[in-house]
Amino acid sequence: MKIHQKICISCPAGCHLEIKENGDGTFDISGNTCPRGKTYAINEMTDPRRVVTAVVATDSAVTPYLPVKTDAPLPFGSIQTLLKKIYAFKLELPAKSGMLLIENIDNTGVNLILTRGSEK
Amino acid sequence: MINHKETDIAVIGAGAAGLSAGAACASEGVRTLIIDREPLPGGVLLQCIHNGFGLHYFKEELTGPEFAGRMEEKARQAGAEFLMDHTVMEIRNQEDKKELVLYSAEDGVTLVHAKAVIFAAGCRERNRGNLGIPGDRVAGIFTAGLAQRLLNMDGFLPGKKAVIVGSGDIGLIMARRLSWCGIKVETVVEILPHPSGLSRNIAQCLDDFNIPLRLATAVTKIGGSDRVEYVRIAPLVNGEPDLSREETIECDTVLFSVGLIPETELIRNCGVTINPVTNGAVADGNMMTSVPGIFSCGNVLHVHDLVDFVAEESELCAKKAVQYIKGRIKGGSQIPTEAVKNLGYVIPNSALCETTRFYMRPRILCPKAVLTVRNGEEIIYQKNVLHVKPAEMITAELSGEKLQNLPEDAKLSFELEPVEVKS
Repeated sequence: MKIHQKICISCPAGCHLEIKENGDGTFDISGNTCPRGKTYAINEMTDPRRVVTAVVATDSAVTPYLPVKTDAPLPFGSIQTLLKKIYAFKLELPAKSGMLLIENIDNTGVNLILTRGSEK
Repeated sequence: MINHKETDIAVIGAGAAGLSAGAACASEGVRTLIIDREPLPGGVLLQCIHNGFGLHYFKEELTGPEFAGRMEEKARQAGAEFLMDHTVMEIRNQEDKKELVLYSAEDGVTLVHAKAVIFAAGCRERNRGNLGIPGDRVAGIFTAGLAQRLLNMDGFLPGKKAVIVGSGDIGLIMARRLSWCGIKVETVVEILPHPSGLSRNIAQCLDDFNIPLRLATAVTKIGGSDRVEYVRIAPLVNGEPDLSREETIECDTVLFSVGLIPETELIRNCGVTINPVTNGAVADGNMMTSVPGIFSCGNVLHVHDLVDFVAEESELCAKKAVQYIKGRIKGGSQIPTEAVKNLGYVIPNSALCETTRFYMRPRILCPKAVLTVRNGEEIIYQKNVLHVKPAEMITAELSGEKLQNLPEDAKLSFELEPVEVKS
């Protein structure tokens, strides 16, 4: 049996989680103060994911870069692939906040969207 | 030629506080002018491209630009007018109004006459000079916020190999941002024995990238000829760096994330009393400063942990400013407040006999504590607080009923007592 220590990132409280790996694919979790901590702990052990934020280049001199985010947490393994795509991206303006830029990243069902619009 | 402008309420600053206050003023039907020296509204939120904003206020998790965008939309819909690219140089306190002197490259000098001013100018960052870190004066030294702006708005990479000084949240967020940009973050150095930022930011910004956090460690030298070449660090023993254990870390970039200073020159020059603990104005129960008609809110009043609380406080400030120009503000004596134990400060510095939300900063780190508000020996209010840390504010709401029943010479003392937690 292996024991892992993790800090929950679901909210600013930052609970210290202790995760016991039972070896049969199940986990015993303690230290969480709400159900989100348990879900987070299991995800961290089986399929860790993060929301990715970055900026994309535009064709404008006024707002040369605009911010983007994934609309859901992305599996760790796809983050570098996404970052490479983001840095190669060139956005034509005008564009509105919420615009879909990259659909279904790495077949994860997660999308990249613009978080600030600009006219020029 | 000098331009002239008339308004009811002039809001200085178009960041989170100014936009929230401006939206609230305009929605009550008073003429509102929001002034900022930057070309676009949003303040520092525009460069805070990460998520985690708005959970309390908008009930969903937003990025900084999304939060700013919604607040700007709210202010525009309510009818607030914006004057961007204009820097306020002076606030003149005249008999029945305030006169603001504005400069802009485009329009030259503009005089704004307002019945009241909401001062929401935010903060600037503490820098290497403020800390007095020894070494060479070389290129490659940035405040974390400046590096964030260069990277997230202008698209410049600040360097290739970085050391971050200070473990505040901006520094931690920048450690992740730099890592995702292919810049190697060697270490984060913190002079205190505990991290200054949120634990979840230690987890998702440092642990995810195997960036070591060195606590109780000081920077003893920044060295290089033209550009930063190395940083020397040493662990602290009894508050002094132990030079026998000094080590050298090669890098070309140093970021400082070591706190914020409210930018209060404008109101200081017009006679507003400053609170030496917060470095912001002394604010009464009406969120008004010592100069009648000048109100203040947001990070220029006291440095907040979450933008959601900035929005909440700024809306209250706006409500009071509107009451002031309509001649309906509550006058008379107020109940003074003070932070007595394990708390840095309490805002506001005095309270009216109405339901009031108080904001305070703990000075201690503990899993659980009890917050007590007393008048002398009498306990007025008590509550439990979990996960107490200096990085997070504590709020408490006292009902108007409780405050009305206090004697005339009452004083509210706030104290925080840690509680043992059985495990």
